[in-house]
Amino acid sequence: MDHGATTRPDPEVVNAMLPFYDEFFGNASSLHSIGQEAAQALASSRKTVADLLGAEAGEIIFTSGGTESDNLALKGIAYLKKNKGKHIITSVIEHPAILNTCKYLGDMGYRITYVPVDDQGLVDPADVEDAVTDDTILISVMHANNEIGTIQPIEEISAIAHKHGVLVHTDAVQSVGKMPVNVDDLGVDMLSISAHKIYGPKGVGALYVRKGTRLQGLSQGGSHEMGKRAGTENIPGIVGMAKAVELARHRLDGDIKYLDNLRDTMIRKILDLIPESYLNGHPTKRLCNNVHVRFSYVEGESLLMMLDMKGVAVSTGSACSSKSLEPSHVLAALGIVPEEIHGNLRITLGHENTMDEVDYVVENLVDIVKKLRAMSPIAPKI
Amino acid sequence: MYSEKVLDHFSNPRNVGEIEDADGVGEVGNPACGDMMTIYIKVDDGKLTNIKFKTFGCGAAIATSSMITEMAMGMTIEEALEITRDSVADALDGLPPVKLHCSNLAADGLHAAIEDYLKKKETGN
Ligand SMILES: Cc1ncc(COP(=O)(O)O)c(C=O)c1O
Ligand code: FES
Repeated sequence: MDHGATTRPDPEVVNAMLPFYDEFFGNASSLHSIGQEAAQALASSRKTVADLLGAEAGEIIFTSGGTESDNLALKGIAYLKKNKGKHIITSVIEHPAILNTCKYLGDMGYRITYVPVDDQGLVDPADVEDAVTDDTILISVMHANNEIGTIQPIEEISAIAHKHGVLVHTDAVQSVGKMPVNVDDLGVDMLSISAHKIYGPKGVGALYVRKGTRLQGLSQGGSHEMGKRAGTENIPGIVGMAKAVELARHRLDGDIKYLDNLRDTMIRKILDLIPESYLNGHPTKRLCNNVHVRFSYVEGESLLMMLDMKGVAVSTGSACSSKSLEPSHVLAALGIVPEEIHGNLRITLGHENTMDEVDYVVENLVDIVKKLRAMSPIAPKI
Repeated sequence: MYSEKVLDHFSNPRNVGEIEDADGVGEVGNPACGDMMTIYIKVDDGKLTNIKFKTFGCGAAIATSSMITEMAMGMTIEEALEITRDSVADALDGLPPVKLHCSNLAADGLHAAIEDYLKKKETGN
């Protein structure tokens, strides 16, 4: 139940990819017929991905994943517009692919404003507007957060940005496939997605770039991907991504309804059955598959290990579980007190999970929290 | 990431609990940092006759607490003071490098409990 980390490629995705490793191995830039097979697959994949987002095929750049898409969006604009302005606005709860790119640009002499979030993880569009200056070239706020699943008011942020003539990017890696994502409804100029979060292959993603938006490519080379991303395209990966997108599109309505129900049942049971347990993130503006809870007096890595021993894979943002021994920057941004920040768990559901599995996890969690609290020097005695 | 021994001590920790009339209590760590440990000892004739612990922390913190209580049980105070974080980690067939500070916590906790006992003895209660 760690679908936020990655998903198992759908068998249909794998089957769609295989022929492009041997039979259709062509280079999409070649003019002969083997190359043209690849060029056709590339074109139709681009169309499929564009359709999902309500975009045009010419607005989709294939990349090596969400991380590269985020880098290309931020640096591509920053480098191109450095003479116009050097100010970028983002939020404190972005994925490291954005945060560390901003930190890098900060070291390069750009000025970065990190807008805060409230205790449910929401950005206030008014804070974004307050941060805008004459020097602002780009606003990048994620669509849905990868840890706590909070969905941001991107439509409002885009409206503010455009009022001030500033471009908007959103990282939609977590929202695609779990809610409708339409570039015109959101009003964004750029949007990042990644295949491996939607039952597609790893190492492939895309950046939507609105027609007319110029961007400086990050590597020098051939004129692939409309001159914005040099390098021979990863055709098997792109074909796999397109298949995953096609499946996600067909499944979307059913998946949302199904996962909403699993998520709400799991949250309700956990909060009902475990004393001093709390939901992190927003109760309703939340990804349909995200359960993020915390328990007083216990530590997240121990919770995770005990669930793992019961065959349940989850994740945690506790300090002990991270290499840096710092708690998650997202949970810290919510203002959770240090004593409470460690006992958190993220459970991210997928359409192959069942209600029986939800019950199994809750039952085990009740026992595990009890066991760890009995061992904890800070838990009140029962 | 963890050895079999760590997983064993983590899932079946030995000597969890408190000792009501402990001769020494050691409390180390800080819940704000995500780890805290309390160790209780009973001393008879210079020997540790009972040890219990309570730990809030990661898998390694729980496993090292459990391991150190098992190692120190029956030892003289002098022997117990010689247990280091390395000897606890070795007894568990090693710990991942980022987790070595957790074994520190266990050794510090035990030593703090012994110091508490020695101090109490000195002041005569
Ligand atoms: C919100 C968000 N952005 C970006 C990424 C990075 O995507 P990728 O793993 O494809 O580089 C992830 C994945 O962890 C993510 O959750
Ligand atoms: S107690 Fe925090 S890493 Fe071990």
